[in-house]
Amino acid sequence: MDLKEQVLIMSGVDVRKCMACGKCSGACPSYNEMEYHPHQFVSMVKKGNIEPLMKSESVYKCLTCYACIERCPRGVEPAKLIEAIRLLAVRPQGSNHIKADDIPSLLDPELPQQAIVTAFRKYSK
Amino acid sequence: MQRIGVFVCHCGTNIAATVDVKAVAEALKYEPGVVVSTEYQYMCSEAGQELIKNAIKENALTGVVVCSCSPRMHEATFRKTVAAAGLNPYMLEIANIREQVSWIHKNIEEATEKAIILGRAAIAKVHLNAPLTAGESPVVKRALVIGGGIAGIQTALDIAEAGFEVDIVEKNPTIGGKMTQLDKTFPTLDCAACILTPKMVDCAQNDKIKIYSYSEVSEVKGFVGNFDVTIKRKARYVDENKCTGCGLCTEKCPQKKVPNEFNLGLDNRRAIYIPFAQAVPKIATIDADYCTMLKSGKCGVCSKVCTAGAIDYKQEDSFVNEKYGAIVVATGFNPIKLDKYDEFAYSQSADVITSLELERLMNAAGPNGGTLLRPSDKKHPHRIAFIQCVGSRCDDGKGKSYCSKICCMYTAKHAMLIREKYPDTEVYVFYIDVRTPGKNFDEFYRRAVEEYGVNYIKGMVGKVLPEPDGTLTVRASDLLNGTQLNLSCDLVVLAAAIEPDKSARPLATMLTASMDTNDFFTEAHPKLRPVESPTAGIFLSGACQGPKDIPETVSQASACAAKVIGLLAKNTLKGNPCVAHSDELLCNGCSSCEKVCPYGAISYSDKEFRINGKMVTRRVASVNPAVCQGCGACTVACPSGAMDLNGFSNSQIMAEVDAICKW
Repeated sequence: MDLKEQVLIMSGVDVRKCMACGKCSGACPSYNEMEYHPHQFVSMVKKGNIEPLMKSESVYKCLTCYACIERCPRGVEPAKLIEAIRLLAVRPQGSNHIKADDIPSLLDPELPQQAIVTAFRKYSK
Repeated sequence: MQRIGVFVCHCGTNIAATVDVKAVAEALKYEPGVVVSTEYQYMCSEAGQELIKNAIKENALTGVVVCSCSPRMHEATFRKTVAAAGLNPYMLEIANIREQVSWIHKNIEEATEKAIILGRAAIAKVHLNAPLTAGESPVVKRALVIGGGIAGIQTALDIAEAGFEVDIVEKNPTIGGKMTQLDKTFPTLDCAACILTPKMVDCAQNDKIKIYSYSEVSEVKGFVGNFDVTIKRKARYVDENKCTGCGLCTEKCPQKKVPNEFNLGLDNRRAIYIPFAQAVPKIATIDADYCTMLKSGKCGVCSKVCTAGAIDYKQEDSFVNEKYGAIVVATGFNPIKLDKYDEFAYSQSADVITSLELERLMNAAGPNGGTLLRPSDKKHPHRIAFIQCVGSRCDDGKGKSYCSKICCMYTAKHAMLIREKYPDTEVYVFYIDVRTPGKNFDEFYRRAVEEYGVNYIKGMVGKVLPEPDGTLTVRASDLLNGTQLNLSCDLVVLAAAIEPDKSARPLATMLTASMDTNDFFTEAHPKLRPVESPTAGIFLSGACQGPKDIPETVSQASACAAKVIGLLAKNTLKGNPCVAHSDELLCNGCSSCEKVCPYGAISYSDKEFRINGKMVTRRVASVNPAVCQGCGACTVACPSGAMDLNGFSNSQIMAEVDAICKW
């Protein structure tokens, strides 16, 4: 399975729905931190140009705030693409970065539940 | 035994590429009753029709089966063909081997087999066909136009021009519609009121046209040529015949805090009002929601100042019944509500407005007398951002999936007018695509860019942030330069998507006229019958059928009038003979059919029957063939099998099913 197909399956995103309006990048609060911007993720995945995205710091600069998903008029969900590409970059480096057994020792009463869920999503398979 | 001819059409390659038409003709040759079976490239062509006619004469055919496209496409064509050869037109059956076979299948073998089976079903049906004769009904030579915007006005004027009576029903106190609210019109920039108000006056002065303003259609009965319509005349608490439109009451009314819908709530009007100076009819209307007299019985100022004695606080809704031969739907459009697009801060800032609100702000008769001022602090805006496609082309469940079509052009117009009037103002237009198909449209847009210096930026706005200093930060991606802009603006204008008026859906139900999922009325054929509804006698004018600008609306309105005139010019109409009838001996009087009939065509009466030598009175159903539309609902509902449909009888349908199931 080539990289593009993997990204599409992992993210569940249909990049062909994009009409190139740029609203995702217009909404992105991390825009200036990113080498590749949300709309470029969509168009580059469409072209199958995945490797530069995997190597770019941009995948770690995404705040996962989902503004792009919320605002996209076509329901394309760029943040899910970025997430899938990041997982693609992180996974082969071996091992989960967080394990379920580690959670109790990491728990902090101040820590919101959502942070744990997010950490799981970001750092484990 | 019928003598049946089978004619298989290639439809060029439309059918022949997927269906082995020769094999179909060959297979059907051996069906019972078939005396001739052949194929031809285009059966609907003159040569094809000649082939059918000759075959009928040479073989003394009594029934014909054409295997071709959908009966919706060419049933009428082939009925005429067989009638020309001396057969009753209802001795024809169509087997749809295009839409139901070749267009939806890929495997030639399977498609051919299915085509043969559908042909067999049609042959089985023809065996049971009987000649039918259509009844005739008279045409009421009067048309109803529902909606008094530019579409309804143009249609009414054109119908009246041909000499027919026409009534306009308008739900607002004045006709004129959305166009009255516009400032200038693209691409020639003439003033909307200057070109519209003469037409409104023409309507009022034309003795063939009657305007029911502040009225709604409340019930529609009948059928093409003979509609029976009830019009609800809402109480306006002013006697239309006495009011002179002097406007004194609208100046003296003490209730001053009523949002003025004509200016989209940007200013206030009184509780008694005339929407605008050129209103037609120019008659005051009392807004019952705000009138102190109507709410508490204490006031009566308007009654005291009215020298004509026109005020009538006791007026009630009244109903008018009228008969019409044709009904035109011209219910128009509205901009969508923007509550689902909070990222543009429409509800948070008074300085984020819609394009229609901008029209009022720039109009000489608007809240600021035509000077463009920010709604919040009444200061001149120095930087304005236009945002396109707000709610249009959206597939996210919040907006509309279609392109609203008019926004690119009116935004170019707004941008151009602002740059001309206020050259110190910077104008930015954020667009996804600029769509300008239309005569002199692209030239117009290019002029906005090249002559007026409007800044077009390709990239959608992601967020509008109201700042504490009263400015608005517009965050957008500039796709061509690869940057994200944070533009500080004074005014933001949203090109809101347009949608059909909310009154259209209940009206469609009343008219049994079909709509699409967006509540636009469906035309009888998207290309070849664009101004007619599939429901006979219902015609479509203007934006109720789809987004349209003014030139297109007026063209369609006139086309619609031509179709109405064509109908009204006839003295009688041939009805559809495929109507239901009741076997009174089988009918048990249960009323099931009456309850399901959407057209009110079924009635019950007591009749005397001789049963076993005795006279018995029984309650039985009968169908009014002039009202019945042949939908068949009653035949399904009838528990005793007494209801049957001419041309689609229970035995015919079963014969078709049997023919299909045999294989």
